[in-house]
Amino acid sequence: MSQRPTERTPSDRSRPGVSVELTDLTRTYGQVNALDGLTLRLEPGELVALLGPSGCGKTTALRILAGLDEATSGTVAVDGQDLTSVPANKRDMGMVFQAYSLFPHLTVLDNVAFGLKLRGDDRTNRHLRAAEMLELVGLSEHSEKYASQLSGGQQQRVALARALAIRPRVLLLDEPLSALDAKVRVQLREEIRRVQLEVGTTTLFVTHDQEEALAVADRVGVMSHGRLEQIAAPAELYAHPATPFVAEFVGLNNKVPAVVSAGKAEVLGVQVPTLVGSVEDAGLAMVRPESLSVRADSEGTASITSVAFLGPISRVHCTLADQTPVIAQLTSSQARDLAPGQRVSLEVEPAPVLVVPAATMGA
Amino acid sequence: MAEAAAGRGRRAGARLREGAPLLPFFAYLVIFLVIPTVAVLVGSVYLDGSFSFGRIHELFSSTALAALWKSVLLSASTAVVGAVLGAVLAWLVASSPPTSVLRRMMLSLCSVLAQFGGVALAFAFVATVGSTGVLTLWVAHLGVDLAGSGWLYTLTGLVLVYTYFQIPLMVIVFLPALEGLKAQWREAAVSLGATGWQYWRQVAVPLLTPAFLGSMLLLFANAFAAYATAAALVSIGSPIVPLLIRQALTSEVVLGQSGFAYALALEMIVVVAVVMVAYTLLVRRTSRWLR
Repeated sequence: MSQRPTERTPSDRSRPGVSVELTDLTRTYGQVNALDGLTLRLEPGELVALLGPSGCGKTTALRILAGLDEATSGTVAVDGQDLTSVPANKRDMGMVFQAYSLFPHLTVLDNVAFGLKLRGDDRTNRHLRAAEMLELVGLSEHSEKYASQLSGGQQQRVALARALAIRPRVLLLDEPLSALDAKVRVQLREEIRRVQLEVGTTTLFVTHDQEEALAVADRVGVMSHGRLEQIAAPAELYAHPATPFVAEFVGLNNKVPAVVSAGKAEVLGVQVPTLVGSVEDAGLAMVRPESLSVRADSEGTASITSVAFLGPISRVHCTLADQTPVIAQLTSSQARDLAPGQRVSLEVEPAPVLVVPAATMGA
Repeated sequence: MAEAAAGRGRRAGARLREGAPLLPFFAYLVIFLVIPTVAVLVGSVYLDGSFSFGRIHELFSSTALAALWKSVLLSASTAVVGAVLGAVLAWLVASSPPTSVLRRMMLSLCSVLAQFGGVALAFAFVATVGSTGVLTLWVAHLGVDLAGSGWLYTLTGLVLVYTYFQIPLMVIVFLPALEGLKAQWREAAVSLGATGWQYWRQVAVPLLTPAFLGSMLLLFANAFAAYATAAALVSIGSPIVPLLIRQALTSEVVLGQSGFAYALALEMIVVVAVVMVAYTLLVRRTSRWLR
């Protein structure tokens, strides 16, 4: 997991982080409830990722915090100050958008200095600050270029520098990586986290990519249908999903038939503890692929349907005796001798699992 | 050597194949642009078997200079007025929801009105605010002389009538530029602290300037070359260059004026070329980011 903000290096670039509170936010568009009573608190200097599928309300929440959209009800407070009716240009928030939003008629340096110019900083000071921010994102040598001369990743780094140049109280990142290719996405998300830790600005990061959210955030909030399903540290969220939706959305999950009694579930013949929220009788256990082991066994009741080689790991797709499909994730060396059609035995490690009603998952 | 020649041959063949679909267009350009331009150029200095700069010299006569000045004044003023008012109207259209009936009606109306120049438009104005126009007669009861001293048939009248088709033309050509302004640019500016005015002043206007200037140039050329509207309104005198060309071509008083018509046409080509060069220089100066 990433470093905590308390580990950040002292820098004159930083401004002490502030708390952010969204309280009981609702937003309706006609008959649609985009936000349905969202309450969320960001601690000073914290990076919280809001994760969820398209239309879950995460971007709406961010836009309401930015002042670019208006809540139907509820309040927005930053550092204890109610900003609900403060216009966007007075909120002092830096924002990076999903689509490239650099002003094409300005050079990189002038883009970064734009907010400072609006604040009346003189040319020398704002260019000094802009140059410092460009150095922070590693683009000093591109300061005289225009947006059209930069790659997508470089444009988003400039957008980050521009958002941070004004020393915002809160940094808002609206799917800033989704337009980039996979390799650049990984590089840039690490860069965003490094920069955020360095400046210490409280940050809300909206994404639909669970890997991105888990990799950069101090805490991840999973949203569905305008509500916050669960908010927790990435490891906690992954290991202890609170709802079937979270279990389903975060990470790959197998749905294996299980019988629960006295707080234990029998899954593939193994007794495993159940998580809070599990059913008390028969249901489907949400089992992570990495919690399954596969052993070649001519007497086994499962069979391999395919093996997907993914470099260091391999995913072994199997079918149980009752035709339930499951995926096991093994190291590629463990999976070396496995082949489609082979009979195997599956075992589940005794880590706690969430057992949900079969009807919940549409099984 | 032979291989290199064969390679060059293959490349030429490939280029020819790539360009083949454009041949009808090139043919069109040659027949209707290049040949007439050359004919005008040659005709203005060579007529009836002799070279002469006499016709070019005639362009500096007081009649020709006055017509040129009035043409430029008419075109420039209607281009500026049309561009400004058309840009405002385009902004109103762009601000309305894409599904708005009013928006669709406006766009349809603009498409029609932009092509509504010519005799029909001139007649519409004569029938409305001419000396015996409907509106003129109505307000005459109130003691107002709308037709005045026949202003509709002068340069002032031409400015009004030309503006009528210049504004909708501006809406059509400028609307795509307005719609090209990304919502993120406004939101980014606002989140960085910009007011609405600051956004327009520092982001939208600089971004729209090249398209605005380009549209204005189009309006200038449109007015500069317009003939039928002016011909229908102005029967006495030749206040603008196209009418002077007509007069030179059809004059029964002074024969052999067609060479002068060529020279005037050449003058029009030069004016439009100068305006285009000025536009290019201006865009280069104001929009380095487009290079």
